[in-house]
Amino acid sequence: MTEKKIRVLVAKPGLDGHDRGAKVVARALRDAGMEVIYTGLRQTPEMIAEAALQEDVDAVGLSILSGAHMALAPRILELLNANGQSNVKVFLGGIIPDEDVPQLKTMGITGIYGPGTSTEDIVREIRAAVLVEPAA
Amino acid sequence: MTNLVEALLAGDRLALSRLLTQVENGTQDGRSALNELFQHTGNAHLVGVTGAPGVGKSSLVNQLALHFRKHSNKTIAIIAVDPTSPFTGGAVLGDRVRMRNLAGDAGVFIRSMASRGTLGGLAHATSAMVQVFDAAGFDIVLIETVGAGQAEVDIARLAHTTLVVDAPGMGDDIQAIKAGILEIADILVINKADRPGLENTERALRGMLEMAHPVKRIFQHHGKFEIAESASDEQDNTAQLWIPPIQKTIATDGTGIPELAESIGRHASYLESSGDWSLRERSRLETELDALIQDTLTNQFRSKLPEEAYDRVLVRILERELSPWEAVETLMNGRHT
Repeated sequence: MTEKKIRVLVAKPGLDGHDRGAKVVARALRDAGMEVIYTGLRQTPEMIAEAALQEDVDAVGLSILSGAHMALAPRILELLNANGQSNVKVFLGGIIPDEDVPQLKTMGITGIYGPGTSTEDIVREIRAAVLVEPAA
Repeated sequence: MTNLVEALLAGDRLALSRLLTQVENGTQDGRSALNELFQHTGNAHLVGVTGAPGVGKSSLVNQLALHFRKHSNKTIAIIAVDPTSPFTGGAVLGDRVRMRNLAGDAGVFIRSMASRGTLGGLAHATSAMVQVFDAAGFDIVLIETVGAGQAEVDIARLAHTTLVVDAPGMGDDIQAIKAGILEIADILVINKADRPGLENTERALRGMLEMAHPVKRIFQHHGKFEIAESASDEQDNTAQLWIPPIQKTIATDGTGIPELAESIGRHASYLESSGDWSLRERSRLETELDALIQDTLTNQFRSKLPEEAYDRVLVRILERELSPWEAVETLMNGRHT
Protein backbone atom coordinates (compact mmCIF):
# COMPACT_ATOMS: atom_id res chain seq x y z
CA MET A 1 0.00 0.00 0.00
CA THR A 2 1.20 3.48 -0.84
CA GLU A 3 1.41 5.94 2.01
CA LYS A 4 -1.32 8.51 2.26
CA LYS A 5 -0.46 11.48 0.06
CA ILE A 6 -1.74 14.93 0.89
CA ARG A 7 -3.47 16.42 -2.14
CA VAL A 8 -3.93 20.18 -2.33
CA LEU A 9 -5.70 22.27 -4.92
CA VAL A 10 -4.02 25.63 -5.47
CA ALA A 11 -6.36 28.02 -7.22
CA LYS A 12 -6.65 31.68 -8.07
CA PRO A 13 -10.24 32.84 -8.03
CA GLY A 14 -11.25 36.22 -9.31
CA LEU A 15 -9.78 38.60 -11.78
CA ASP A 16 -6.34 39.66 -10.65
CA GLY A 17 -3.54 38.21 -12.73
CA HIS A 18 -0.80 37.92 -10.15
CA ASP A 19 0.02 34.27 -9.73
CA ARG A 20 3.59 34.46 -8.46
CA GLY A 21 2.49 33.85 -4.87
CA ALA A 22 0.31 30.88 -5.82
CA LYS A 23 3.19 29.36 -7.77
CA VAL A 24 5.67 29.84 -4.92
CA VAL A 25 3.27 28.14 -2.51
CA ALA A 26 2.57 25.34 -5.01
CA ARG A 27 6.27 24.74 -5.35
CA ALA A 28 6.80 24.75 -1.57
CA LEU A 29 4.01 22.23 -1.03
CA ARG A 30 5.47 20.02 -3.74
CA ASP A 31 8.87 20.18 -2.09
CA ALA A 32 7.17 19.12 1.14
CA GLY A 33 6.04 15.95 -0.63
CA MET A 34 2.46 16.94 -1.36
CA GLU A 35 0.60 16.52 -4.62
CA VAL A 36 -0.47 19.95 -5.79
CA ILE A 37 -3.14 20.38 -8.41
CA TYR A 38 -2.63 23.79 -9.95
CA THR A 39 -5.55 25.32 -11.82
CA GLY A 40 -4.21 28.58 -13.16
CA LEU A 41 -5.68 32.06 -13.23
CA ARG A 42 -9.19 33.45 -13.16
CA GLN A 43 -11.15 30.55 -11.79
CA THR A 44 -14.75 30.94 -10.74
CA PRO A 45 -15.81 29.54 -7.36
CA GLU A 46 -17.79 26.90 -9.29
CA MET A 47 -14.70 25.81 -11.22
CA ILE A 48 -12.69 25.57 -8.01
CA ALA A 49 -15.31 23.52 -6.19
CA GLU A 50 -15.68 21.21 -9.18
CA ALA A 51 -11.92 20.68 -9.40
CA ALA A 52 -11.76 20.00 -5.65
CA LEU A 53 -14.45 17.38 -6.06
CA GLN A 54 -12.89 15.65 -9.07
CA GLU A 55 -9.45 15.62 -7.49
CA ASP A 56 -10.64 14.50 -4.03
CA VAL A 57 -8.27 16.94 -2.37
CA ASP A 58 -7.59 17.28 1.34
CA ALA A 59 -7.10 21.03 1.19
CA VAL A 60 -7.72 24.01 -1.07
CA GLY A 61 -5.35 26.99 -1.16
CA LEU A 62 -6.80 30.19 -2.56
CA SER A 63 -4.70 33.14 -3.63
CA ILE A 64 -6.60 36.40 -3.79
CA LEU A 65 -5.02 39.81 -4.29
CA SER A 66 -8.00 41.63 -5.70
CA GLY A 67 -9.77 42.43 -2.46
CA ALA A 68 -12.71 40.24 -3.38
CA HIS A 69 -11.99 37.65 -0.69
CA MET A 70 -15.07 38.48 1.38
CA ALA A 71 -17.23 37.49 -1.58
CA LEU A 72 -15.19 34.65 -3.08
CA ALA A 73 -14.12 32.74 0.04
CA PRO A 74 -17.62 32.19 1.51
CA ARG A 75 -18.98 31.23 -1.91
CA ILE A 76 -16.29 28.56 -2.31
CA LEU A 77 -16.89 27.23 1.23
CA GLU A 78 -20.60 27.07 0.48
CA LEU A 79 -20.05 25.11 -2.74
CA LEU A 80 -17.64 22.68 -1.09
CA ASN A 81 -20.22 22.02 1.63
CA ALA A 82 -22.97 21.56 -0.94
CA ASN A 83 -20.82 18.95 -2.67
CA GLY A 84 -20.34 17.02 0.55
CA GLN A 85 -16.74 18.16 0.94
CA SER A 86 -17.02 19.95 4.28
CA ASN A 87 -13.96 17.98 5.39
CA VAL A 88 -11.75 19.88 2.93
CA LYS A 89 -9.63 22.54 4.68
CA VAL A 90 -9.51 25.92 2.95
CA PHE A 91 -6.51 28.23 3.22
CA LEU A 92 -6.26 31.77 1.99
CA GLY A 93 -3.26 33.76 0.86
CA GLY A 94 -2.76 37.20 -0.61
CA ILE A 95 -3.68 40.66 0.52
CA ILE A 96 -6.17 40.19 3.33
CA PRO A 97 -6.73 43.12 5.73
CA ASP A 98 -6.36 42.19 9.39
CA GLU A 99 -9.89 43.27 10.21
CA ASP A 100 -11.32 40.64 7.84
CA VAL A 101 -9.40 37.77 9.39
CA PRO A 102 -11.70 36.98 12.35
CA GLN A 103 -14.76 36.91 10.13
CA LEU A 104 -13.06 34.67 7.55
CA LYS A 105 -12.03 32.26 10.29
CA THR A 106 -15.60 32.17 11.58
CA MET A 107 -16.79 31.33 8.08
CA GLY A 108 -14.51 28.30 8.14
CA ILE A 109 -11.23 29.37 6.56
CA THR A 110 -8.53 27.33 8.33
CA GLY A 111 -5.49 29.54 7.75
CA ILE A 112 -4.80 32.99 6.32
CA TYR A 113 -1.36 34.02 5.09
CA GLY A 114 -0.30 37.49 4.09
CA PRO A 115 2.90 38.71 2.48
CA GLY A 116 6.04 37.63 4.28
CA THR A 117 4.65 34.36 5.62
CA SER A 118 7.32 31.69 5.48
CA THR A 119 6.46 28.74 3.30
CA GLU A 120 7.54 26.41 6.13
CA ASP A 121 4.73 27.78 8.27
CA ILE A 122 2.21 27.19 5.49
CA VAL A 123 3.43 23.64 4.92
CA ARG A 124 3.39 22.82 8.62
CA GLU A 125 -0.09 24.21 9.18
CA ILE A 126 -1.62 22.53 6.15
CA ARG A 127 -0.10 19.23 7.14
CA ALA A 128 -1.31 19.56 10.73
CA ALA A 129 -4.83 20.54 9.70
CA VAL A 130 -5.18 17.75 7.17
CA LEU A 131 -3.69 14.97 9.24
CA VAL A 132 -5.75 15.77 12.36
CA GLU A 133 -8.86 14.73 10.55
CA PRO A 134 -8.00 12.32 7.73
CA ALA A 135 -10.18 12.69 4.68
CA ALA A 136 -12.82 9.98 4.42
CA MET B 1 -17.21 0.60 0.74
CA THR B 2 -20.22 -1.10 -0.79
CA ASN B 3 -22.08 2.16 -0.23
CA LEU B 4 -19.49 4.05 -2.24
CA VAL B 5 -19.72 1.47 -5.02
CA GLU B 6 -23.50 1.75 -5.12
CA ALA B 7 -23.31 5.53 -5.08
CA LEU B 8 -20.78 5.44 -7.93
CA LEU B 9 -22.97 3.18 -10.02
CA ALA B 10 -25.84 5.59 -9.37
CA GLY B 11 -23.74 8.42 -10.78
CA ASP B 12 -22.52 10.14 -7.59
CA ARG B 13 -19.42 12.13 -8.53
CA LEU B 14 -18.07 12.48 -4.99
CA ALA B 15 -18.25 8.71 -4.55
CA LEU B 16 -16.42 8.31 -7.85
CA SER B 17 -13.73 10.73 -6.73
CA ARG B 18 -13.25 9.05 -3.36
CA LEU B 19 -13.07 5.60 -4.92
CA LEU B 20 -10.43 6.87 -7.33
CA THR B 21 -8.35 7.93 -4.33
CA GLN B 22 -8.75 4.56 -2.62
CA VAL B 23 -7.85 2.74 -5.78
CA GLU B 24 -4.88 5.00 -6.50
CA ASN B 25 -3.56 4.47 -2.99
CA GLY B 26 -3.99 0.73 -3.33
CA THR B 27 -5.97 0.42 -0.11
CA GLN B 28 -7.87 -2.67 0.91
CA ASP B 29 -11.10 -0.72 0.44
CA GLY B 30 -10.03 0.24 -3.03
CA ARG B 31 -9.28 -3.33 -3.85
CA SER B 32 -12.65 -4.64 -2.69
CA ALA B 33 -14.35 -1.88 -4.64
CA LEU B 34 -12.50 -2.95 -7.78
CA ASN B 35 -13.66 -6.51 -7.21
CA GLU B 36 -17.25 -5.32 -7.14
CA LEU B 37 -16.84 -2.93 -10.05
CA PHE B 38 -15.00 -5.23 -12.42
CA GLN B 39 -18.18 -6.84 -13.77
CA HIS B 40 -19.33 -3.39 -14.90
CA THR B 41 -16.18 -2.69 -16.95
CA GLY B 42 -15.29 -3.40 -20.55
CA ASN B 43 -17.49 -0.81 -22.26
CA ALA B 44 -15.33 2.29 -22.44
CA HIS B 45 -13.10 3.20 -25.37
CA LEU B 46 -9.67 3.79 -23.80
CA VAL B 47 -7.60 6.35 -25.68
CA GLY B 48 -3.98 7.00 -24.68
CA VAL B 49 -2.33 10.32 -25.51
CA THR B 50 1.43 10.46 -25.20
CA GLY B 51 4.37 12.46 -26.46
CA ALA B 52 7.26 14.58 -25.26
CA PRO B 53 6.69 17.38 -22.75
CA GLY B 54 5.52 20.57 -24.41
CA VAL B 55 4.03 19.15 -27.61
CA GLY B 56 0.56 20.15 -26.46
CA LYS B 57 -1.03 16.97 -25.13
CA SER B 58 -3.20 18.68 -22.52
CA SER B 59 -4.51 21.24 -25.00
CA LEU B 60 -5.22 18.46 -27.46
CA VAL B 61 -7.08 16.39 -24.86
CA ASN B 62 -9.05 19.49 -23.95
CA GLN B 63 -10.06 20.07 -27.58
CA LEU B 64 -10.88 16.43 -28.20
CA ALA B 65 -13.10 16.30 -25.13
CA LEU B 66 -14.86 19.50 -26.22
CA HIS B 67 -15.38 18.07 -29.68
CA PHE B 68 -16.81 14.78 -28.44
CA ARG B 69 -19.12 16.62 -26.06
CA LYS B 70 -20.35 18.93 -28.80
CA HIS B 71 -20.84 16.36 -31.53
CA SER B 72 -21.95 13.29 -29.61
CA ASN B 73 -23.56 12.47 -26.32
CA LYS B 74 -20.54 10.51 -25.19
CA THR B 75 -19.28 11.15 -21.68
CA ILE B 76 -15.57 11.70 -21.19
CA ALA B 77 -13.20 10.87 -18.36
CA ILE B 78 -9.67 12.23 -18.43
CA ILE B 79 -6.72 10.89 -16.45
CA ALA B 80 -3.80 13.32 -16.67
CA VAL B 81 -0.51 11.97 -15.37
CA ASP B 82 2.35 14.27 -14.39
CA PRO B 83 5.68 13.23 -12.89
CA THR B 84 6.38 12.96 -9.19
CA SER B 85 9.63 14.52 -7.97
CA PRO B 86 12.00 11.65 -7.26
CA PHE B 87 13.56 13.67 -4.43
CA THR B 88 10.61 14.88 -2.40
CA GLY B 89 7.80 12.64 -3.55
CA GLY B 90 5.72 15.73 -4.26
CA ALA B 91 4.25 16.83 -7.56
CA VAL B 92 2.70 19.82 -9.23
CA LEU B 93 -0.09 18.63 -11.47
CA GLY B 94 -0.85 21.37 -13.96
CA ASP B 95 -2.81 19.76 -16.75
CA ARG B 96 -6.06 21.32 -15.60
CA VAL B 97 -4.70 24.73 -16.57
CA ARG B 98 -5.20 23.75 -20.21
CA MET B 99 -8.55 22.11 -19.63
CA ARG B 100 -10.46 24.99 -18.12
CA ASN B 101 -13.14 25.18 -20.79
CA LEU B 102 -14.35 21.73 -19.81
CA ALA B 103 -15.45 23.04 -16.41
CA GLY B 104 -19.14 22.99 -15.67
CA ASP B 105 -19.93 20.03 -17.92
CA ALA B 106 -21.28 17.11 -15.91
CA GLY B 107 -20.39 14.80 -18.79
CA VAL B 108 -16.68 15.34 -18.20
CA PHE B 109 -14.58 14.26 -15.25
CA ILE B 110 -10.90 15.19 -15.03
CA ARG B 111 -8.55 13.56 -12.59
CA SER B 112 -4.90 14.51 -12.20
CA MET B 113 -2.50 11.84 -11.13
CA ALA B 114 1.10 11.93 -9.98
CA SER B 115 3.35 9.18 -11.30
CA ARG B 116 4.59 8.47 -7.75
CA GLY B 117 7.66 6.77 -9.11
CA THR B 118 7.03 3.23 -7.98
CA LEU B 119 8.37 0.87 -10.61
CA GLY B 120 5.51 -0.56 -12.58
CA GLY B 121 3.11 0.91 -10.07
CA LEU B 122 2.07 3.74 -12.33
CA ALA B 123 0.63 1.52 -14.98
CA HIS B 124 -1.05 -0.53 -12.30
CA ALA B 125 -2.72 2.40 -10.56
CA THR B 126 -3.70 3.93 -13.89
CA SER B 127 -5.27 0.71 -15.01
CA ALA B 128 -7.23 0.49 -11.76
CA MET B 129 -8.44 4.08 -12.14
CA VAL B 130 -9.46 3.40 -15.72
CA GLN B 131 -11.57 0.52 -14.45
CA VAL B 132 -13.35 2.81 -12.01
CA PHE B 133 -14.20 5.28 -14.79
CA ASP B 134 -15.24 2.45 -17.07
CA ALA B 135 -17.57 1.05 -14.40
CA ALA B 136 -18.94 4.53 -13.75
CA GLY B 137 -20.18 4.48 -17.33
CA PHE B 138 -17.88 6.91 -19.10
CA ASP B 139 -17.88 6.23 -22.84
CA ILE B 140 -14.37 7.45 -23.58
CA VAL B 141 -11.44 7.50 -21.16
CA LEU B 142 -8.56 9.73 -22.30
CA ILE B 143 -5.27 8.89 -20.60
CA GLU B 144 -2.62 11.59 -20.94
CA THR B 145 0.96 10.80 -19.99
CA VAL B 146 4.30 12.54 -20.17
CA GLY B 147 6.55 11.06 -22.81
CA ALA B 148 9.34 9.51 -20.82
CA GLY B 149 10.08 6.06 -22.07
CA GLN B 150 8.97 2.72 -20.78
CA ALA B 151 6.12 4.08 -18.68
CA GLU B 152 4.55 5.29 -21.91
CA VAL B 153 4.70 1.88 -23.46
CA ASP B 154 3.08 0.40 -20.36
CA ILE B 155 0.29 2.89 -20.42
CA ALA B 156 -0.17 2.66 -24.16
CA ARG B 157 -0.73 -1.01 -23.59
CA LEU B 158 -3.74 -0.09 -21.48
CA ALA B 159 -5.38 1.78 -24.28
CA HIS B 160 -7.38 0.58 -27.26
CA THR B 161 -6.18 3.52 -29.30
CA THR B 162 -2.88 5.30 -28.72
CA LEU B 163 -2.15 8.79 -30.02
CA VAL B 164 1.50 9.78 -30.20
CA VAL B 165 1.81 13.54 -30.36
CA ASP B 166 4.77 15.29 -31.96
CA ALA B 167 5.38 18.90 -32.89
CA PRO B 168 7.59 20.63 -35.45
CA GLY B 169 11.07 21.28 -34.16
CA MET B 170 11.04 18.57 -31.50
CA GLY B 171 13.97 16.66 -32.96
CA ASP B 172 15.42 15.38 -36.19
CA ASP B 173 14.34 12.31 -38.09
CA ILE B 174 16.72 10.06 -36.17
CA GLN B 175 14.63 10.76 -33.07
CA ALA B 176 11.61 9.57 -34.95
CA ILE B 177 13.27 6.30 -35.86
CA LYS B 178 15.03 5.47 -32.65
CA ALA B 179 12.23 6.26 -30.29
CA GLY B 180 10.29 3.07 -29.79
CA ILE B 181 7.46 5.24 -28.70
CA LEU B 182 6.42 5.89 -32.26
CA GLU B 183 5.83 2.22 -32.79
CA ILE B 184 3.04 2.20 -30.27
CA ALA B 185 1.12 4.84 -32.23
CA ASP B 186 -2.23 3.99 -33.72
CA ILE B 187 -2.58 7.61 -34.74
CA LEU B 188 0.27 10.08 -35.14
CA VAL B 189 -0.54 13.68 -34.37
CA ILE B 190 1.57 16.64 -35.41
CA ASN B 191 0.37 19.40 -33.15
CA LYS B 192 1.34 23.07 -33.48
CA ALA B 193 1.01 22.55 -37.23
CA ASP B 194 1.23 26.29 -37.78
CA ARG B 195 4.87 26.22 -36.68
CA PRO B 196 7.76 26.28 -39.15
CA GLY B 197 9.29 22.90 -39.80
CA LEU B 198 5.98 21.10 -40.26
CA GLU B 199 7.08 19.63 -43.58
CA ASN B 200 10.25 18.16 -42.07
CA THR B 201 8.42 16.58 -39.18
CA GLU B 202 5.77 15.18 -41.47
CA ARG B 203 8.35 13.82 -43.89
CA ALA B 204 10.25 12.16 -41.07
CA LEU B 205 7.13 10.51 -39.64
CA ARG B 206 5.89 9.44 -43.04
CA GLY B 207 9.27 8.01 -43.90
CA MET B 208 9.25 6.04 -40.70
CA LEU B 209 5.80 4.67 -41.44
CA GLU B 210 6.85 3.63 -44.93
CA MET B 211 9.87 1.80 -43.62
CA ALA B 212 7.73 -0.13 -41.20
CA HIS B 213 6.22 -3.25 -42.63
CA PRO B 214 2.51 -3.09 -42.01
CA VAL B 215 1.60 -5.96 -39.76
CA LYS B 216 -1.20 -6.57 -37.38
CA ARG B 217 0.27 -5.61 -34.07
CA ILE B 218 -0.92 -6.86 -30.76
CA PHE B 219 1.04 -6.30 -27.60
CA GLN B 220 2.12 -9.31 -25.73
CA HIS B 221 2.67 -9.13 -22.05
CA HIS B 222 6.43 -9.38 -22.30
CA GLY B 223 6.50 -6.29 -24.42
CA LYS B 224 6.92 -7.76 -27.86
CA PHE B 225 4.52 -7.47 -30.69
CA GLU B 226 2.77 -10.59 -31.68
CA ILE B 227 2.22 -10.84 -35.38
CA ALA B 228 -1.25 -12.20 -35.40
CA GLU B 229 -2.40 -14.40 -38.25
CA SER B 230 -5.19 -12.63 -40.02
CA ALA B 231 -8.59 -14.16 -39.43
CA SER B 232 -8.59 -15.98 -42.74
CA ASP B 233 -5.03 -16.84 -43.65
CA GLU B 234 -5.43 -16.96 -47.40
CA GLN B 235 -6.40 -13.31 -47.81
CA ASP B 236 -2.97 -11.91 -47.35
CA ASN B 237 -3.90 -8.38 -48.19
CA THR B 238 -3.01 -5.25 -46.33
CA ALA B 239 -6.51 -3.84 -46.65
CA GLN B 240 -7.30 -5.44 -43.29
CA LEU B 241 -4.40 -3.71 -41.62
CA TRP B 242 -4.43 -0.40 -39.83
CA ILE B 243 -1.88 2.06 -41.15
CA PRO B 244 -1.43 4.84 -38.57
CA PRO B 245 -2.71 8.06 -40.10
CA ILE B 246 -0.86 11.33 -39.56
CA GLN B 247 -3.18 14.07 -38.33
CA LYS B 248 -2.16 17.71 -38.23
CA THR B 249 -3.67 19.84 -35.51
CA ILE B 250 -3.40 23.24 -33.87
CA ALA B 251 -4.77 22.52 -30.42
CA THR B 252 -4.90 26.15 -29.36
CA ASP B 253 -7.51 27.05 -32.01
CA GLY B 254 -9.05 23.65 -32.71
CA THR B 255 -7.75 23.19 -36.26
CA GLY B 256 -7.72 19.54 -37.28
CA ILE B 257 -9.60 18.34 -34.20
CA PRO B 258 -12.72 17.09 -36.07
CA GLU B 259 -10.46 15.04 -38.36
CA LEU B 260 -8.55 13.65 -35.39
CA ALA B 261 -11.76 12.74 -33.57
CA GLU B 262 -12.96 11.02 -36.72
CA SER B 263 -9.70 9.02 -36.92
CA ILE B 264 -10.20 7.87 -33.34
CA GLY B 265 -13.70 6.74 -34.21
CA ARG B 266 -12.44 4.94 -37.31
CA HIS B 267 -9.78 3.17 -35.26
CA ALA B 268 -12.42 1.96 -32.82
CA SER B 269 -14.49 0.60 -35.73
CA TYR B 270 -11.41 -1.02 -37.18
CA LEU B 271 -10.62 -2.72 -33.87
CA GLU B 272 -14.13 -4.08 -33.69
CA SER B 273 -14.39 -5.27 -37.28
CA SER B 274 -10.93 -6.85 -37.35
CA GLY B 275 -11.29 -8.61 -34.02
CA ASP B 276 -8.35 -6.69 -32.59
CA TRP B 277 -10.52 -5.22 -29.87
CA SER B 278 -10.87 -8.52 -28.09
CA LEU B 279 -7.22 -9.38 -28.72
CA ARG B 280 -6.18 -6.13 -27.13
CA GLU B 281 -8.53 -6.68 -24.23
CA ARG B 282 -6.97 -10.06 -23.72
CA SER B 283 -3.40 -8.82 -23.77
CA ARG B 284 -4.31 -5.91 -21.53
CA LEU B 285 -5.87 -8.12 -18.91
CA GLU B 286 -3.01 -10.58 -19.24
CA THR B 287 -0.52 -7.78 -18.55
CA GLU B 288 -2.54 -6.75 -15.56
CA LEU B 289 -2.76 -10.27 -14.19
CA ASP B 290 0.99 -10.69 -14.56
CA ALA B 291 1.68 -7.41 -12.81
CA LEU B 292 -0.61 -8.36 -9.95
CA ILE B 293 1.03 -11.74 -9.56
CA GLN B 294 4.43 -10.07 -9.47
CA ASP B 295 3.31 -7.50 -6.90
CA THR B 296 1.65 -10.07 -4.73
CA LEU B 297 4.60 -12.46 -4.76
CA THR B 298 7.06 -9.66 -4.10
CA ASN B 299 5.01 -8.38 -1.18
CA GLN B 300 4.59 -11.87 0.24
CA PHE B 301 8.28 -12.53 0.00
CA ARG B 302 9.29 -9.18 1.46
CA SER B 303 6.85 -9.44 4.33
CA LYS B 304 8.46 -12.70 5.46
CA LEU B 305 11.96 -11.37 5.05
CA PRO B 306 13.36 -9.60 8.11
CA GLU B 307 14.60 -6.10 7.30
CA GLU B 308 18.00 -6.89 8.86
CA ALA B 309 18.53 -9.87 6.59
CA TYR B 310 17.83 -7.70 3.58
CA ASP B 311 20.21 -5.03 4.84
CA ARG B 312 22.95 -7.58 5.55
CA VAL B 313 22.75 -8.94 2.03
CA LEU B 314 22.73 -5.41 0.62
CA VAL B 315 25.92 -4.63 2.53
CA ARG B 316 27.55 -7.74 1.09
CA ILE B 317 26.61 -6.58 -2.40
CA LEU B 318 28.07 -3.16 -1.68
CA GLU B 319 31.31 -4.79 -0.57
CA ARG B 320 31.34 -6.84 -3.77
CA GLU B 321 31.17 -10.10 -1.82
CA LEU B 322 28.03 -11.07 -3.63
CA SER B 323 26.73 -10.19 -7.04
CA PRO B 324 23.12 -9.03 -7.11
CA TRP B 325 22.11 -12.34 -8.65
CA GLU B 326 23.86 -14.32 -5.93
CA ALA B 327 22.19 -12.10 -3.40
CA VAL B 328 18.78 -12.94 -4.79
CA GLU B 329 19.58 -16.64 -4.67
CA THR B 330 20.81 -16.31 -1.11
CA LEU B 331 17.60 -14.61 -0.08
CA MET B 332 15.33 -16.96 -2.00
CA ASN B 333 16.98 -20.02 -0.53
CA GLY B 334 16.77 -18.65 2.96
CA ARG B 335 20.55 -18.88 3.38
CA HIS B 336 20.73 -15.36 4.66
CA THR B 337 19.95 -16.34 8.23
